[in-house]
Amino acid sequence: MPIQFQFEPIFAESDRIVDGVLLTLGLSFGAIVLGLVLAILLVAAKSLLGRWVGLLVDAYVELMRNTPFLVQLFMLFFGLPLLGIRLPGTEAALLAMTLNLSAYATEIIRAGVDSIHRSQLEAGLSLAMTRRQVFQHVVLMPALARVWPALSSQFVLMLLASSICSFIAVPELSGTAAIIEQNTFRSFETYIVVTLIYLVLALTLKVALDRLGRAIFPRISSVDRLDAKAEAA
Amino acid sequence: MPAVLIEDVHKSYGKLEVLKGVSLSVETGQVVALIGRSGSGKSTMLRCINGLEAFQSGRIEVAGHVVDQDPKRLRALRKDVGIVFQSYNLFPHLTVGQNIMLSPRITKNVPQAEALALAKDVLAQVGLSDKFDSYPDNLSGGQQQRVAIARSLAMQPKVMLFDEVTSALDPELTGEVLLVMEKLAKGGMTMILVTHEMNFARNVANTTVFMHQGKIWEQGPSRELFAAPQTPELQGFVKAGAQG
Repeated sequence: MPIQFQFEPIFAESDRIVDGVLLTLGLSFGAIVLGLVLAILLVAAKSLLGRWVGLLVDAYVELMRNTPFLVQLFMLFFGLPLLGIRLPGTEAALLAMTLNLSAYATEIIRAGVDSIHRSQLEAGLSLAMTRRQVFQHVVLMPALARVWPALSSQFVLMLLASSICSFIAVPELSGTAAIIEQNTFRSFETYIVVTLIYLVLALTLKVALDRLGRAIFPRISSVDRLDAKAEAA
Repeated sequence: MPAVLIEDVHKSYGKLEVLKGVSLSVETGQVVALIGRSGSGKSTMLRCINGLEAFQSGRIEVAGHVVDQDPKRLRALRKDVGIVFQSYNLFPHLTVGQNIMLSPRITKNVPQAEALALAKDVLAQVGLSDKFDSYPDNLSGGQQQRVAIARSLAMQPKVMLFDEVTSALDPELTGEVLLVMEKLAKGGMTMILVTHEMNFARNVANTTVFMHQGKIWEQGPSRELFAAPQTPELQGFVKAGAQG
């Protein structure tokens, strides 16, 4: 028997789909911005505040990178109320995504910071800067420029992983899909549509991040060329 | 009081002693060239003067600051003591103007307008007024090194250190950097330079210091030192330089 596709019932729920897409984008955008800021602060703390703070940051990063995102989400959604902190699903989802992303971003940015040649730090220190000033004005932007492609793919992964938030009934795109599936009984069609939407969202985000990177870091390539010259010297 | 006073400085990396009791005095306005083979300790000596390298014993005083590893005192010292490196070390994400203005702005709170005037002034001194908005990677090596000198000058230092600043440059670019340094010397800047440019040492430096095996082996007025080296080591070094 040939498969009979019926997309009309899905499209009848397009308002719901749009809401789901907007929530997926909102959560992802929020987690990217907050996670990036948190990661930069964690790397700065690790670089500037001594051994014990560094070990704490390492512990946080390893905890988040070596446990499943779903479990982290459940810990926040079901665990925090036991401590008297009750977060609505969407807020819990944003928090979980931010924390998870910040750990991966910390590791990526730290690699970028480590890649900055020692001579750049010496130049900053010799100009009477404090270590914090060297980090902020000399190291940070070239480090971010170098790892921007890696950060970008981590951001795209987070967008896709946001689908896991449907487990705590957050009506983002995947959560919406589950509802539509129940309403229409058209599982295959529902997930064909959802798959295509995720594909478009992820590719669009990737292109947008590439453009953003070129706008913020116009000298991405020059950083490496200068270093290559310095090494050759 | 001398601008730089170095007394019996010892420095080791683990068991390897690289400075074995170095003493040197540099008067204000003097230009001193440090020469010697690779591994003789001359660059290490220079980097001890602004605290980039710590040393185990001895004493260094420069521009009225005692060198130790206390961060606050080091920053005060570095406002008065500039250094220029072999590999220029410009900040690649900043324009020439931003490279020069950054430290005066954030370490001395120089107002923007004043920092701008200062940057234009030092860029003119190194002959690169038209490069204010260029990025370092659009400049030649010689131009980058002149910007690095300008960046140091913008801190209005009392003493300038130069660590093999022409060694990474093609021969045809070396001249423009040496010219800038000669101008600085004539303007009365106190300078200590580690260099392989023997002609520059002979003609511009008041004193040349030959370092060998972590010690000052021989020193004297540059012309005399090159004309009549006393120790066999310096005789060999000068001869090798003349041939190479």
